[in-house]
Amino acid sequence: MRAMVYRGPYKVRVEEKDVPAIEHPNDAIVRVTLAAICGSDLHLYHGLMPDTRIGHTFGHEFIGVVEQVGSSVQNLQVGDRVMVPFNIFCGSCWFCARGLYSNCHNVNPNATAVGGIYGYSHTTGGYDGGQAQYVRVPFADVGPVPIPDWMHDEDAVLLTDAAATGYFGAQLGDIAEGDTVVVLGAGPVGLIAAQSSWLMGAGRVLVVDHLPERLEKARSMAHAETLDYDEYDDIVVELKKQTDFLGADVVIDAVGAEADGNLLQHVAGTKLKLQGGSPVALNWAIDGVRKGGTVSVVGAYGPIPSAVKFGDALNKGLTLRMNQTPVKRQWPRMFEHVRNGHLTPRAMVTHRFPLEHIAEAYHVFSAKLDGCIKPLVLPDAA
Amino acid sequence: MTDPDVPSAYVRDKRAPRETPEQLRARIPGWGADLDPADRPSHPKLRYAPETTGAHWDFPERQPEKEPRERSIEHAFVTPVFGTAQPLRGLSGVVRRFAYRRFSEGRLAHWLLLIVGDRIDAWGSHLRSFASGPPDVPASGLRSELTRGGLRSRRGRSDARHHVLDPVVVAGPWVAGAAVTWTGARRLVRALRR
Repeated sequence: MRAMVYRGPYKVRVEEKDVPAIEHPNDAIVRVTLAAICGSDLHLYHGLMPDTRIGHTFGHEFIGVVEQVGSSVQNLQVGDRVMVPFNIFCGSCWFCARGLYSNCHNVNPNATAVGGIYGYSHTTGGYDGGQAQYVRVPFADVGPVPIPDWMHDEDAVLLTDAAATGYFGAQLGDIAEGDTVVVLGAGPVGLIAAQSSWLMGAGRVLVVDHLPERLEKARSMAHAETLDYDEYDDIVVELKKQTDFLGADVVIDAVGAEADGNLLQHVAGTKLKLQGGSPVALNWAIDGVRKGGTVSVVGAYGPIPSAVKFGDALNKGLTLRMNQTPVKRQWPRMFEHVRNGHLTPRAMVTHRFPLEHIAEAYHVFSAKLDGCIKPLVLPDAA
Repeated sequence: MTDPDVPSAYVRDKRAPRETPEQLRARIPGWGADLDPADRPSHPKLRYAPETTGAHWDFPERQPEKEPRERSIEHAFVTPVFGTAQPLRGLSGVVRRFAYRRFSEGRLAHWLLLIVGDRIDAWGSHLRSFASGPPDVPASGLRSELTRGGLRSRRGRSDARHHVLDPVVVAGPWVAGAAVTWTGARRLVRALRR
């Protein structure tokens, strides 16, 4: 089969690989029909995630058709069209039993601090991902769900991570009616976080970024006010002015490890890999939220320590809430929101690349060329 | 009534909101649909419902371990299901295995050794690619700089000044590697001539 392959930092290509095999009785093999590149794939692409091995196939956002099932699979049949959460989870450990599917303890021998994720290095279990023609899907009775007939494939693939993570990020903010919510980052996660904040009763939603096309999308798709941080000497001061010097009730960090906006942090965290990412957005969140407020973190960071302003978080009495998204838990309610038009994931898709053009896709998305907000990958396109 | 010139932070209550709930509901699709926390799927954080997950086992059947699988020493055992992509091999495998066997996830040495393993793996693969092809390049996808408006896309962007570091970060080790190889080869030739 054809598959995206990692060749080292800033280097990917498409290679011929063996079609994956059933390795456990509850495995399925899925033929991928549509995949996406996630912003967090860029952390791997840039060499930020420890134990990313040469030859690894990335991709944790994908949908497809069941090609083969293991002997104990009961809930799926060959030929089913399925959407697959980015989390690999067993459904039976202490954490899964309580809904923390992203923290499953039975799928990742390499680390206890993070669960299993498709195509996301050996730090998350060493599973090849879905930017390929086929993918092994463990615990087929637990993770995948048949795609509803009414659902657009592009919405389905975005619900496997980016959209679900945006919705989850807004929930982590514990938004109350009338709250002022600031979303840092107008990428795919931030756009859905902004839309979701309204669903939870926000009185104002402000989105901060510096790319014009993303800020325009935040206005048109998420009905948000926008702030271009390049236009201000100090964005934190502007956030205070915007909120009558209280600070925002809730700030959502939808940026994570590759944050720009501070040269020293960016170079130390992103270019030189001296931190588990550049915590610029997280520090802006801590500074920009009001005392006693809530910071929601859904931007991804690596396991190496980062220079986070923890003292200010303490002194301000903040609530910091974060996790990898337990995706499947979001779906029933999200399906209603997508069907009703309250959430519009596919509105943020800007690019569709054949798998054979994966190197171009990664570079365009990484360097944010051509107005790229969300790129999809078509495994079987010519 | 407090002085309107005094910002909200310094008085008891926030100023009146810019828009009423009715105005927001009219303007924003779905405004307030999840106002009640009970409608939010991740509320409360811990919700015990094992019967809803689809699992039909108490503990999963164990996946066969065809070769010794590295694991975090914070785990009691190799998890019943695991990835089998890219098993450990070569010098990078030795370094990575040591990182897993010796240091917990709580130790910085664990992660730094894994990164060292990553770089050894990458450079070993680059060298092998020159022998077996196709040869690796310092960065892939650069053609899109021409076809997808590399200059146009960066015009006016503040992060463009950071992008100038990318060639240094990406190509720097290749230039250094080539310089070391060239110097070493020259010294070797000179030594052999003596």
